[in-house]
Amino acid sequence: MSNEIEQIKDPGLPAHVHRQTDTDPKAAARAERQVAILFGLSAIGTLLLIYSYIFIKDSSFIFIPVLGETNTQQLGLGLGMAIALFCIGAGAIHWAKTLMPDEEVIAQRHEFRSEDEDRAEFVKTVKAGAAAAGLGRRPLIKRTLGAALGLSALTPLLLLRDLGPLPKDDLHKTSWKAGTRLVTDPGDRPIRPEDLEVGAVAQTLPELAPGEERTLNNIGKDAVLLIRLRPEEFNLDAERLSWTHEGIIAFSKICSHMGCAVALYEQQTKHLLCPCHQSTFDVTRAAKVIFGPAARPLPQLAITVDADGYLVAQQPFTEPVGPSFWERSS
Amino acid sequence: MTARERIAGNVAGYVDDRTGAAKWMKKNLTKVFPDHWSFLLGEICLYSFIILLLSGTFLTFWFDPSQREVVYDGGYQPLSGLKMSAAYASTLHISFEVRGGLLMRQIHHWAALIFMVGIVVHLLRVYFTGAFRKPREFNWIIGVGLLTLGIVEGFLGYSLPDDLLSGTGIRIAEAIIQALPLVGSYIAFFAFGGAFPGEAFIPRIYTVHVLLLPGIFLALITVHLMLVWYQKHTQFPGPGRTEKNVVGYPLMPVYMAKAGGFFFIVFGVTAFLGAVASINPIWLYGPYTPGQISAGSQPDWYMGWLDGLVRMSPPLETHAFGHTISWNILIPGLILPGIMFTGLALYPFIESWATGDKREHHLLDRPRNAPNRTALGAMALTFTIVALLNGGNDIIATTFHLTINQMMWFSRIGVLVLPPIAFIITKRLCLSLQRADRDLVLHGRETGRLVRMPNGEFVEVHEPISAEKAWLLTSHEQIAPLELPEHDAAGVRRPAAIKNKIRNRISRATAVAVPKATETERRELEGHH
Repeated sequence: MSNEIEQIKDPGLPAHVHRQTDTDPKAAARAERQVAILFGLSAIGTLLLIYSYIFIKDSSFIFIPVLGETNTQQLGLGLGMAIALFCIGAGAIHWAKTLMPDEEVIAQRHEFRSEDEDRAEFVKTVKAGAAAAGLGRRPLIKRTLGAALGLSALTPLLLLRDLGPLPKDDLHKTSWKAGTRLVTDPGDRPIRPEDLEVGAVAQTLPELAPGEERTLNNIGKDAVLLIRLRPEEFNLDAERLSWTHEGIIAFSKICSHMGCAVALYEQQTKHLLCPCHQSTFDVTRAAKVIFGPAARPLPQLAITVDADGYLVAQQPFTEPVGPSFWERSS
Repeated sequence: MTARERIAGNVAGYVDDRTGAAKWMKKNLTKVFPDHWSFLLGEICLYSFIILLLSGTFLTFWFDPSQREVVYDGGYQPLSGLKMSAAYASTLHISFEVRGGLLMRQIHHWAALIFMVGIVVHLLRVYFTGAFRKPREFNWIIGVGLLTLGIVEGFLGYSLPDDLLSGTGIRIAEAIIQALPLVGSYIAFFAFGGAFPGEAFIPRIYTVHVLLLPGIFLALITVHLMLVWYQKHTQFPGPGRTEKNVVGYPLMPVYMAKAGGFFFIVFGVTAFLGAVASINPIWLYGPYTPGQISAGSQPDWYMGWLDGLVRMSPPLETHAFGHTISWNILIPGLILPGIMFTGLALYPFIESWATGDKREHHLLDRPRNAPNRTALGAMALTFTIVALLNGGNDIIATTFHLTINQMMWFSRIGVLVLPPIAFIITKRLCLSLQRADRDLVLHGRETGRLVRMPNGEFVEVHEPISAEKAWLLTSHEQIAPLELPEHDAAGVRRPAAIKNKIRNRISRATAVAVPKATETERRELEGHH
């Protein structure tokens, strides 16, 4: 038919073009030498590695432009290893590309699908097997087996139960109690209001009773930041204002978003910033979230001074500190 | 027969007597592998996995996966006398006192980064060339599984040293677990053996990192490779290449030498990076304590997009009936990644549903010839890149003198607006490239030579392209859109018909193409000249 559309035809695999090394024995000999040189370089790399391991002191440093001060032994070991390995690879590939046959070969594919009769036979075998087992005819076996298998899946779940204790009210509690002194971290020294100048920030922890040890678990909930502003800078309701003392305000340092330490304080703006996800809290407004993904202010710790003039907590935190969890009520 | 040949023959005979391997080996030693630089990407993943096994085993000889508190008295003076976990102290020991220890740590970390880059770029190659189509859907799913496990394995790996940065990462992981509705605090307490950080987590993830996950990796990689072997590699279109053949080089000796050599190249480059490029200098971060943090806390890049999504999340929490649901954690940390990875894993099935194409494919697509797929890929990639950029928003802000606010709002808006724009632009680009291909076949190559005609007109001389090139540009198939019945015999719309209508519409969008040049058209044009 003359009006049928004719597609462009496949010209077939292009004719093979010989490499210089295929036709010129000199080029082939040159390629062989190049491969041998690369393998030789590799051996030198290994020697460099051995030399560095035995003879270079691990305390010696060398200045290398771009890298700066670099440990000589580490550099020697690494470069030796890099040269040794890279040159083996480069030699092998150069060998393959210049001296091994480079004529493209065509292989045929087969369809993966089995013959229809094989497939039919397969189905028949499966059916016959199932029939022989008699699952369909014996529902009692089928049901009890299903129940037994299902039940046995509980075993690993049960055995994993002792991985840890139940949370109980652990996430709700911290070590802060009414009258607990705030002490510096590090140093464990109690703090008087006059120790903090206006604009100062201090990282604090609850004072330990004699003989008590502080664990990371405690720090993870107890860390508190003290910030001193001028009292008139606060924008707080009466209750929250009564939680401050002479312009000193205390917040949990554990981010209400994902628990990182909220460590960056901007003195000018009076903002606290969490370096993990940039949640930003306004210190003058009881750590209200003004930016970022955190949904709740940092819990505020009510503080006052005790008879000796040291800063103490008025009461425990009134809400759980740290990231949210299902059992949290507000 | 030389002595060497006789020995080789004896060994081969001994093995064959017991296994019958000779027949299989005879056939497979000359197995043909197509050659293309992009087929090396998967190899890079395999080789960096081997490097990870080797360097990781070395590190286990000295690493002490324990959160027991010790006082540091090793060679690194600035930390002397500090309380820290045994895990951190032993990592310092590997870095400063074991000869080649720091090198191995850096090789291990670099290899992990290369492994993940390799997986992602390999995935992009497979996606954009359509290599995932029937019969390779299983391998695609295994690949997505390897990617997912790779992210987890990498995170666990850099969490092990228990430095201030990695501890912060674990803290965030704990917050994600804790945010799960109903069971969150229970799972967190089971995983950590109590409250965060406890002393159980690092020993536990150590077992997962060095035994459980590598075992699963090994099994999945083996199946992945066996399927590649059995199904034979895909090949790019070109003269002489069809759906029924494989054009390439035989395994022995060419491919063995090239692939084996490439392993050494990858190892050599990784060793070079380990030698000169400092990575994760944990001694600068100090030991982990929950009360401290370093500014500019960044996860490794393959976690960065996840962190970026968390950072840009709006501050949404629901408090009701005495319970809290943290949408600001659940959506970016679990729900969105869940949707992304499920969609990725199911993509081969979605595409074949949309096109109605159920045939085997062994010839790869040029991305421009599948505009919808390419545009979808560009869209997903744009989404991920915006998220990844936001994962480094603090670093970008300080480097380019922007504010965090500007970065955050750029990301929040960009993550919604830029992907659709990327889709439209990419689809247009693909169609334009198809048009250019068509022009090239019909009108030939512009030579840049201007000729003045007798009547004063200037024309540029076009040169016909080679038969090989013309075939390459026209050998692809252009599938017609589906035309499923949208009404039943009585002309009434049924629920099934509505499904058909949606499918028809998607199929039409997928089938949009510039008609490829044909020999008939070429001949007609010649007639006119």
